[in-house]
Amino acid sequence: MTQRHFTSWTYYVPYGLWVGLFVIAPVGLIIYQSFLDLHHHFTLANYQAYFESGTYLMMTVNSIWWAFLITLFTLLISYPAAYYIHQLKHRQLWLLLTILPTWINLLLKAYAFIGIFSQAGVVNQFLSLFGIGPQQILFTNFSFVFVATYIQIPFMILPIYNALDDLSGSYINASHDLGATNWQTFSKVVWPLTLPGVKAGVQAVFIPSLSLFMLTRLIGGNKVITLGTAIEEHFLTTMNWGMGSTIGVVLIVAMVLIMIITGERRQDRGRVR
Amino acid sequence: MTQRRFKWSSIYLLLVFVILYAPILFLIVYSFNSGTTMDHFDGFTLAHYATLFADTRLIAIVLQTLLIALLSALIATTIGTLGALWIQQTSRPFFKNSLLSFNNILIVSPDVIIGASFLIFFTTLSIPLGFTSVLISHTAFSIPIVVLMVLPRLKELNGSMLDAAADLGATQSQTLRDVIIPFITPGIFAGFFMALTYSLDDFAVTFFVTGNGFSTLSVEIYSRARQGISLEINALSGLLFVLTLVLIVGYYIVSQSSQRRLLRKKRGVNR
Repeated sequence: MTQRHFTSWTYYVPYGLWVGLFVIAPVGLIIYQSFLDLHHHFTLANYQAYFESGTYLMMTVNSIWWAFLITLFTLLISYPAAYYIHQLKHRQLWLLLTILPTWINLLLKAYAFIGIFSQAGVVNQFLSLFGIGPQQILFTNFSFVFVATYIQIPFMILPIYNALDDLSGSYINASHDLGATNWQTFSKVVWPLTLPGVKAGVQAVFIPSLSLFMLTRLIGGNKVITLGTAIEEHFLTTMNWGMGSTIGVVLIVAMVLIMIITGERRQDRGRVR
Repeated sequence: MTQRRFKWSSIYLLLVFVILYAPILFLIVYSFNSGTTMDHFDGFTLAHYATLFADTRLIAIVLQTLLIALLSALIATTIGTLGALWIQQTSRPFFKNSLLSFNNILIVSPDVIIGASFLIFFTTLSIPLGFTSVLISHTAFSIPIVVLMVLPRLKELNGSMLDAAADLGATQSQTLRDVIIPFITPGIFAGFFMALTYSLDDFAVTFFVTGNGFSTLSVEIYSRARQGISLEINALSGLLFVLTLVLIVGYYIVSQSSQRRLLRKKRGVNR
């Protein structure tokens, strides 16, 4: 096929500039900054501090653990939800209703939970009915994971739903015709074929979960420190940009690793076909 | 047996939807509370809405937020559409894939990384933090989503249409203006809409690059929520919820009607 050029190269300048200035340069700058100390001298001290002091490593492990828990709970709730929504009659409408809450500002949803989980709040009033008394719910690890899961659910349902939509019904019919039980059909046909959707969802949930600093502040009561919280602290409170950038580089590395883990399958599938 | 499973699934879905909407409805219900907390509903009042409309500072922030969203979405849609044209036209697969990867970096990056790296970027270039830096940041992180919305339409663009345009003597810019742009308009609108929601929704990036004087709605809600409950925020969320519903219904109607047009066309071909 001959290549058509319906635009001259000058049209591409803005986008090219964007790639250079806002994609490549910032990543380069954050890596460069991670090698600077407070007096803008080149140093490896930030990385040394990161790997030698146990606190940074523990914080990273904790952050990954919390993100893992959030992703796990989100997946456990979202997969059946996506599956059932896909079986509904007006599923497009229901899908829209699933996405609708994501258009409500995240801060407002977090703020709602400050009221719901507070000492005299709805949940505690409900618990008091059973005599479990007012419990400290807000500013606990539980409330952080709960609210984060709540916020991420739609982002997990959407890719799984799309994967289910791509799944041809004839595979399921074939599976049943060949005598598979419902469970066998699910585990041998539906689940493997919707795995790309699950992986896309995991990607969409896990990476942001590493950096939800506003939730750790508003809901977690600073008890949960994620990588994002640490970066925000170093950049905006203690003004130690070098150390903040070092943690940022760790976060970027974590992100790339997750993308590789959740992305490799696609190539495999391509090869099999 | 199938009926029983259906029942369980309905209950499950109902539960999920209740959980998804309960906090939002909770916020809105308490915006009419005559008390001052979200613990007890004392009586109905519109006082918090009155306070909201009398709060000129907050209204100024709402207007600033809308201005940033509209401007950044407009600029991002323009640059993103041009970018999509570029990506679609590149012939070398390696170059095309690199461009696409670069495009997606900002989509998968955590907000904190975008915010922190942009902050370093602006300070390095000594761009003052405030309206300009927020506008530039919002434009920058909205561009890739516009590209992703426009690209599929460009791929659907039939090559013979371009050949026909060329055969009929259209110049490059005529082809672009009269053939390509009209065809990809739905994608451009979707991109604009997504850019708008990205900008309105953003908190973390803005929080990093906003400086002291300038504030958007998200940042303002954050700083107020840190001080505790104020039912004025509830009133604000009530208003925003209605606004969101109007936007979505509008978008839904537009996309449905364009889909219907497409369907009609397809049916016409089949007959």
